[in-house]
Amino acid sequence: MNVTSIADKAMKIAEELQNLYIPVADVAQNTSNIVMSSSSGAGDNFVFLFTIFVLAVFIGYYVVWSVTPALHSPLMAITNAISSVIIVGALIAAGPEGWNLAKIFGFIAVILASVNIFGGFIVTQRMLQMFRQKR
Amino acid sequence: MSASLTASLYLLSSVCFIMALRGLSSPKSARIGNIYGISGMVIAVFTTLALPGVISFGMIVLGVLIGGAIGTAIALRIEMTALPQLVAAFHSLVGLSAVFVAGAAFYAPEAYGIGHAGDIKTASLVEMSIGTAIGAITFTGSIIAFGKLQGIVSGRPLVFAGQHLVNLCLGILLAAVIVWLALDESQMAFWLIVVISLLLGILIIVPIGGADMPVVVSMLNSYSGWAAAGIGFTLSNPLLIIVGALVGSSGAILSYIMCKGMNRSFISVILGGFGGEVSGSSGDKEDRIVKQGAAADAAFIMEQASTVIIVPGYGMAVAQAQHSLAEMANLLTEKGVKVRYAIHPVAGRMPGHMNVLLAEANVPYENVLELDEINHDFASTEVVFVIGANDTVNPAAKTDKSSAIYGMPVLNVEEAQTTLVVKRSMASGYAGVDNPLFFSDKTMMLFGDAKKMCEDIVKSLQGSQH
Repeated sequence: MNVTSIADKAMKIAEELQNLYIPVADVAQNTSNIVMSSSSGAGDNFVFLFTIFVLAVFIGYYVVWSVTPALHSPLMAITNAISSVIIVGALIAAGPEGWNLAKIFGFIAVILASVNIFGGFIVTQRMLQMFRQKR
Repeated sequence: MSASLTASLYLLSSVCFIMALRGLSSPKSARIGNIYGISGMVIAVFTTLALPGVISFGMIVLGVLIGGAIGTAIALRIEMTALPQLVAAFHSLVGLSAVFVAGAAFYAPEAYGIGHAGDIKTASLVEMSIGTAIGAITFTGSIIAFGKLQGIVSGRPLVFAGQHLVNLCLGILLAAVIVWLALDESQMAFWLIVVISLLLGILIIVPIGGADMPVVVSMLNSYSGWAAAGIGFTLSNPLLIIVGALVGSSGAILSYIMCKGMNRSFISVILGGFGGEVSGSSGDKEDRIVKQGAAADAAFIMEQASTVIIVPGYGMAVAQAQHSLAEMANLLTEKGVKVRYAIHPVAGRMPGHMNVLLAEANVPYENVLELDEINHDFASTEVVFVIGANDTVNPAAKTDKSSAIYGMPVLNVEEAQTTLVVKRSMASGYAGVDNPLFFSDKTMMLFGDAKKMCEDIVKSLQGSQH
């Protein structure tokens, strides 16, 4: 076998690969189309989100039972602060240019959630700073 | 920013929030937990600001500045005794912002990718109405709870005939309107859901009395989480769903712990009507003799003892007596007395309320023990100092089957050699039940304001040092 025949073979393989690539790309495109359409279809999307929800409830259950009763007040303050992550929805509403009802609602929700975020974390910090060991 | 990067950052933020709650398993790790919480929030906010749809920042910055300034000012000034009402007020804001976010999604569904105005996906409409309903119930419910805790609204349960029937009808009506909205996407239906839920929030909380407030505050904590999760479903946002589920289950567990601490079922707390009214059997109370003492007597008894357990209750919080109490305990410790604190799960008006107040007064947390940890030690304790607690130390809960609080776990205060009880008057506790502890011959009553009494005892203790 000489060098040229090897090169020829390599060329042929490359060509074949190229031909193969086209149907694979098609399949990939089709798959992603299907995935896209199914994830925008409410049914599957809901099951997916509901899975996350149920797992998060379980995480919450085990994590919160491990919280020491002495820190139940800070627990309430911090859960209150983090539930204001609802600000995410408010930011999306307040984000677009121009004025409409949705933007005004978003703006009000940003204010309300901010009160909670700043207030909640600061009050938690104040409480936690007080808990100290024996000197 | 690509969609997968956004999703990854939201995941990171969710993990931070889980770590924040995990940190609270001990006071040592708790401060790091709070840092995790703040980091999670910062990541969530900036990730959202980098979304392609968010292009106008003026109002957002203004909103955060206004809200942030108000929140900071309140949080820095609030007295620790007023924590329960502060938390209730904050819950109401989460509820109200959930309503506004749902409203924004209803009027501009394009921004959230859930359809077009007039053509929103049915599933999204249902999720939206559930988020709205829970949010609105949380809002007005928390405001009523705030009013009761702050003393603006009477802490007495407000009960009227057919109350539960009215609530039931409103609930059914709410479900019907949600179906209407899902089928028709009518603006009228959306606002009707808001109005009915606001009304329901008020009606659910008004019949619940002051003593049940720890359950109510925890329950509203839980609701605010479920509202966030509902909005998360509407917006198909996993971060909101995860956080909502965490907060929701946290509040539910706290409600459960509080109910267990009072031996009451969650249903009976929700149905309300408990506490506030003093029962009619006050006639024969006058004849019974109580042993009264003064601050100097209390100081003498305690400094002679080798072990003292202090049992604080809501009365200590009302009188703001925690600092004078801690000073008293410090003086006793200096005199070689072993002083510890016993905390009943439902002492105060929110879970863990007493622990925070004692921490504020610089009491080391190792000396503050829970009911299960310390209840066996009362029998070997010389003096118990009950300050502002009543139902949580009532031995009738163990013996008197006819008592309204029968079966409730109580601190075994009566097992100690001597019990000192600081109380304003002989009025009964929130459950409206007589407390045989006060009439025991091992008990000495110290009538007066809790703070004044502690200060007087401190003076006596200092006087006897020389």
